Amino acid sequence: MKRIVGSRLTGAVVFLMAFALLSGCDNNGGVIPVSDAIYLITVTNMTSNQPLSPLAAVIHFGGYTGWEIGTSSSTGLESLAEGGDPTDFLAGAAGNSNVQVISAGSGVILPGASDTVTLTTAESPDLRLTCAAMLVNTNDAFTGTTDVVVGDIGIGESRRIFLHPYDAGTEVNDEAASTVPGPAAGGEGFNAERLERDFVSAHSGVVTQDDGLGTSVLDESHRFLSPVAEIIVTRIQ
Amino acid sequence: MKEKNIMGVIVSLLISLILAAPLPAAELSIEVTNLTHGIYFTPLLITAHDSATHLFQGGTPASSSLRLMAECGDVSELIIDLGGEDADTVANPAGGLLAPGSSVSASIDTMSTGNTHLSLVAMLLPTNDGFIGLDSLPIPDAAGVYVFHINGYDAGTEENSELLDTTGCSPGMPGIPAAPGGDGGTGGSGVASTDSNTAVHIHRGNLGDTEAAGGVSDLDSRIHRWLNPVARVTITVQ
Repeated sequence: MKRIVGSRLTGAVVFLMAFALLSGCDNNGGVIPVSDAIYLITVTNMTSNQPLSPLAAVIHFGGYTGWEIGTSSSTGLESLAEGGDPTDFLAGAAGNSNVQVISAGSGVILPGASDTVTLTTAESPDLRLTCAAMLVNTNDAFTGTTDVVVGDIGIGESRRIFLHPYDAGTEVNDEAASTVPGPAAGGEGFNAERLERDFVSAHSGVVTQDDGLGTSVLDESHRFLSPVAEIIVTRIQ
Repeated sequence: MKEKNIMGVIVSLLISLILAAPLPAAELSIEVTNLTHGIYFTPLLITAHDSATHLFQGGTPASSSLRLMAECGDVSELIIDLGGEDADTVANPAGGLLAPGSSVSASIDTMSTGNTHLSLVAMLLPTNDGFIGLDSLPIPDAAGVYVFHINGYDAGTEENSELLDTTGCSPGMPGIPAAPGGDGGTGGSGVASTDSNTAVHIHRGNLGDTEAAGGVSDLDSRIHRWLNPVARVTITVQ
């Protein structure tokens, strides 16, 4: 109880100080300036043994989406999901007029580790978030979320979102040493060739040699259940 | 003079803000349902606390108290960490194991504590160090019924050998202390000898096999696997 009263007092003091400051310099001539919103996106890898490729993060309005279930991947998503490279995915986003700001994470996120991306853009209640990263010990699995509204998050507030695994649907899930690029195998990453069944779906998980797929380079430690990551979205300004 | 006036206004505004602040939800009923086909939950710990408290966090190594719960199903150290059982900390509402498909309800009251967040844990059996977890959920303010689906976590403290050892349990002792359904096997060679993610993370699930004696696992792949979510939590705010 003490703690709660304390935080309410602090909050009230900060609010009143801000009010006093604002009323002390009322010389904007009635024009309300649009201020920047700053979002921190902290992603934590929640898998046993699937490093995540560097995060691709996009703040945008409606009219952009990173992917759609049942629809074929963009080339950028294919490159991200097969090879772990966010470059083309982010370039594709940057070319969409509804996209406000893009950013790549600082590097590979190992199991249990986190990475934080900072995104700054003009504030709006309509802002949405898309982010994506590859599960690198797979053929073309990725995780992320797309088109989720974050503009309703207040300054100083956070929201936790669990991230599910998806299959880009662009490469057969053979789990072969030659086609899995992560440290479990070191095989090929991006290959422009597409599957006949070419659409994004929820991922069904990996089989692995320990569960009967003799040609798999993966072992049981590479298995995963959903969710595979969580993100904490915090608006700090 | 002006400064004094402003201070007076601030103080009176502060008082009115505190009085006007909504009271935290007081009486809560919490129902937990085991959604799995063949996994038991050990005695549950359900607790309301402030926003800074966590029984566990994904990506963070387990505390020794959480480890005891996740490896042996013993919540006693977590209760000590929380300052003991009280109006909004309830242990073992089912009076033992919560079987697959079963539900249990508990009531808590945050009136005297003003606590705002809810956490819940129980070990998954048979696993080495798997548990169900709800981490610091903001308790809804408005009266109503709220449903959440929660996942199976791995404490990251013990390798997932999937070998039964019913001779006892202490943290750091390898093995699964019990297969309550009486459907465990014997003589497995061991599934995993290391845990590559030693922080709390989402459990990758049991592997199991189909051999009662021998094989790699003492668990049965037809009974002891699961997909998330593993539990449903229904919160009724009075």
